[in-house]
Amino acid sequence: MSLFLFIPIALFMIVSTCVVSFSRNLIYSAFALLGTLFGSAVLYGMLSADFVAVAQLLIYVGGILILILFAVMLTTGIADIKITNKSVYGKWALPVFFLLLFGLLSLLVGVDWPVAKEVTAQSMVRPIGHALLKEYLLPFEVISILLLGALVGAVVIVRREVR
Amino acid sequence: MTLTMGHVLALSAILFCLGLYNVMTRRNAVGILMGVEIILNAAGINFVGFSYFQNNFLPGQIFTLFLIVLAAAEAAVALAIVVAIYKRSQTIDVEEATLLKG
Repeated sequence: MSLFLFIPIALFMIVSTCVVSFSRNLIYSAFALLGTLFGSAVLYGMLSADFVAVAQLLIYVGGILILILFAVMLTTGIADIKITNKSVYGKWALPVFFLLLFGLLSLLVGVDWPVAKEVTAQSMVRPIGHALLKEYLLPFEVISILLLGALVGAVVIVRREVR
Repeated sequence: MTLTMGHVLALSAILFCLGLYNVMTRRNAVGILMGVEIILNAAGINFVGFSYFQNNFLPGQIFTLFLIVLAAAEAAVALAIVVAIYKRSQTIDVEEATLLKG
């Protein structure tokens, strides 16, 4: 994969994530989150993870983002910025942000990562299907039970009447 | 110019720091949840990137799939709690949600 394809996607993702983090309006943040998630789906597709890319689109963009938008619109007065998105502790968080960013970037520049000589891209749908029902069967079943529990729990929490 | 693992890791590090900044500064519970989603997404990019450059696609991609499913479960439960808190006290400011403080 060439760098000229990667850099526009990366810039798009970084800009929309900046909007998520620094915007004063929660609706703008929620819609900018779409850019981040969609960009990472494209990136997964380019990194030969086609199945993960489609799952990302379906679950993150189609599910979680809609859920977040519903939560935003159900809970707050959208027009009132003071209520929707107060931002606090910026003068403490910004140094932490830059220190951590600088630390991580200098860490990964200095390391010689072990990399395979040649990467052969291939479709991953069939291998993932086989792996999920063979060696990863136990985590697959556990996560389905977890999803069931989360679903029932979410419904129970929301439906309980306030006394 | 070809893509190297450093580029992918740098992108994921930047996304992680932005998400952490979001979590640190927001008071709105839904905003904090968005930051958590960004952090989880950055971790997923790291997994896929590592498995791609090792030319061993399967483990990283399966872990990323599980990560996506866990993020979905977490978002559902967290947003349910947020809506329940809002129904009770008409605010989702996390500094005012002191019901369990005693």
